[in-house]
Amino acid sequence: MTAAGNPAFNAAARPLGGGRRLPLTWLGVVPFFIYVGIFLLLPTAIILAGSLIGPDGSISLSNFEGINKPYMYKSFTNSIEISTISAVLGAIFGALLAYAVATGDPKGFLRRSVMSAAGVVAQFGGVTLTFAFVATIGTEGFVYLWLQQHGIEMYPNGVWFFDLPGLTLIYLYFQIPLMVLVFIPALDGIRPQWREATESLGGNAWHYWRYVAGPLLFPSFLGCTLLLFANAFSAYATAAALLTQGGVIAPLQVQALLTSETGSSAPGLAKALALAMVAVVLVVMSLYALLQRRTSQWLR
Amino acid sequence: MSTNGSKLGVEVRLEQLRRVFAGVVALDELSLTLAPGELVALLGPSGCGKTTALRLVAGLDEVTSGKVLFGGTDVTTLGANKRDVGMVFQAYSLFPHMTARQNVAFGLQMRHVDEQARNRRSDEMLELVGLSGYADRFAHQLSGGQQQRVALARALAIQPKVLLLDEPLSALDAKVRGRLRDEIRRVQLEVGITTLFVTHDQEEALAIADRVGVMNKGRLEQLGPPTTIYSRPATPFVAEFVGLTNRMEGEVKGGEVIVRGTRLPLVRPDTPDGTAVALVRPEAVSLASDGDAGGGPLVGTVIAVAFLGATSRVTVDLGDMIVLAQMPTSQAAATPAGSRVSLTLRPDPVLIARDETAAAEA
Ligand SMILES: Nc1ncnc2c1ncn2[C@@H]1O[C@H](COP(=O)(O)OP(=O)(O)OP(=O)(O)O)[C@@H](O)[C@H]1O
Ligand SMILES: [Mg+2]
Repeated sequence: MTAAGNPAFNAAARPLGGGRRLPLTWLGVVPFFIYVGIFLLLPTAIILAGSLIGPDGSISLSNFEGINKPYMYKSFTNSIEISTISAVLGAIFGALLAYAVATGDPKGFLRRSVMSAAGVVAQFGGVTLTFAFVATIGTEGFVYLWLQQHGIEMYPNGVWFFDLPGLTLIYLYFQIPLMVLVFIPALDGIRPQWREATESLGGNAWHYWRYVAGPLLFPSFLGCTLLLFANAFSAYATAAALLTQGGVIAPLQVQALLTSETGSSAPGLAKALALAMVAVVLVVMSLYALLQRRTSQWLR
Repeated sequence: MSTNGSKLGVEVRLEQLRRVFAGVVALDELSLTLAPGELVALLGPSGCGKTTALRLVAGLDEVTSGKVLFGGTDVTTLGANKRDVGMVFQAYSLFPHMTARQNVAFGLQMRHVDEQARNRRSDEMLELVGLSGYADRFAHQLSGGQQQRVALARALAIQPKVLLLDEPLSALDAKVRGRLRDEIRRVQLEVGITTLFVTHDQEEALAIADRVGVMNKGRLEQLGPPTTIYSRPATPFVAEFVGLTNRMEGEVKGGEVIVRGTRLPLVRPDTPDGTAVALVRPEAVSLASDGDAGGGPLVGTVIAVAFLGATSRVTVDLGDMIVLAQMPTSQAAATPAGSRVSLTLRPDPVLIARDETAAAEA
């Protein structure tokens, strides 16, 4: 009786939305693809192409032989090392914090404040963050100086702050809140019935964690750790501002190769190294996606 | 049935159970004894304390005061994992990373039954609930009704002393609900386990239970067989909560109530005189076609006829009030919508609605 039952109305409407549905709906995602194309695929293509052009301008794999040198290798393993450490520590502390938040009142003050703080802090990084740390616990930092005045030396065995351990510490500042943000959905997916079912079936708290909550959360935990790894692995500005010595980690090495003080920059090598980084991130993020898909079936 | 009852069933006793949450009395002195193998349904509106009662029996919550006894043994201080209770929740209680078989076997795993034996038992239990072919499916590969069957199999696999079900059907659609309800009853009788079934659906409670306990505000208002609950409600609350009732204004006088010229006996003849609202079941109202009658206190127009299967419900507009009448469908055909009818009230004992009595007392 309404428009739906009126054949004349339907016939009039059909040419617009009926048979040619697909192109219209796809129109909506065009901006997304343009975005991905410009900011993701194009740079990757440039890196890929550039990495294949040797110093003499010919197409070769010489750049990949070029990055197979101990100091290049070292910057890469350094990157992997601090990314791994900051990811694992960030994941553990972040998961604990997330658990405390998730078990509380879902609309409570604790949750709202922790979540918004995490949202802000997880995005905080770069020069400002490094500066904040330097001004606090650097060798001119006020906490350092204050402790020194009271007879406490913060770095009795040498100043590790301006080296990789210091960088790891700074990374934790954004890794922990990032973990809170990405891990909370999995914790929220855990239903209280599962604990109660475990109990009524004769299990205790250990059984619950060992057989139910643990296996359910582990893939997501692992996935989030990988995300944190990628996050640290690709960070640049934070490290650039802290480390005085160039080329200690992979992104800095790329930069060093692009702007060598001796004037002998090697853009091909830089791109080959960057491509290796892209490959690492690609593998890590694929694993992340795989793990997330698996958990999403369980923890809806 | 009695041989079944002796297989597993134990007597379950709730003695003056009381639970107070931060000043809110969720459960107030609930006393109830379930005979071995009996199925008692706790029925009541949302927030009346049904879940609280169940959780106290399960040991998932601690009593403020009172006792729980299984087969004469006091289990009040025993933890849930030591109580041997089978629990079926409203929904989503299966472990999602385990197959149906692993879910059912979980309780046996907790009891250190070896893998072969527990898988055998799981498959038996799945067969009992009609899911033999589904042992290797995960929860997300099962329908809501199938998930609840697995949950039932899981609860029963440990041969619990009591089976507790908290609105196990409320997340399912109507058709599945009816079928699974009968299925639960069949399995319960087959196993012979003492069962406490919580629901807010009166039809469900009346259909499945040996006895129904109607709860209101943490108290048990009436406990009895479904027929008694329905036809002889002990309190106005029960009368209004269970089944449909017409609220008809009348005059209480000498142990009777006069409703629009018809004298009806009272369930409680000691009701004080005065105006009151009588609760009249739709089945107690009969209709007669009355084409030529001009008027009268019980003459009206049919405004709707709802076909419910074997019976039909007829809605009659008396001008100042709407009355429902329920009758065999064959009779309802004589009074289609729009026809003029006269009503007759069968002189069953009626209850007086609460609020009006309260107002009269005040
Ligand atoms: N953990 C709790 N903390 C505080 N109050 C609670 C808690 N659990 C239940 N209550 C309160 O106790 C009362 C009874 O709750 P209960 O869950 O037993 O009701 P119910 O009959 O199962 O209702 P429904 O049909 O909605 O499930 C309610 O007023 C509820 O708010
Ligand atoms: Mg409830």
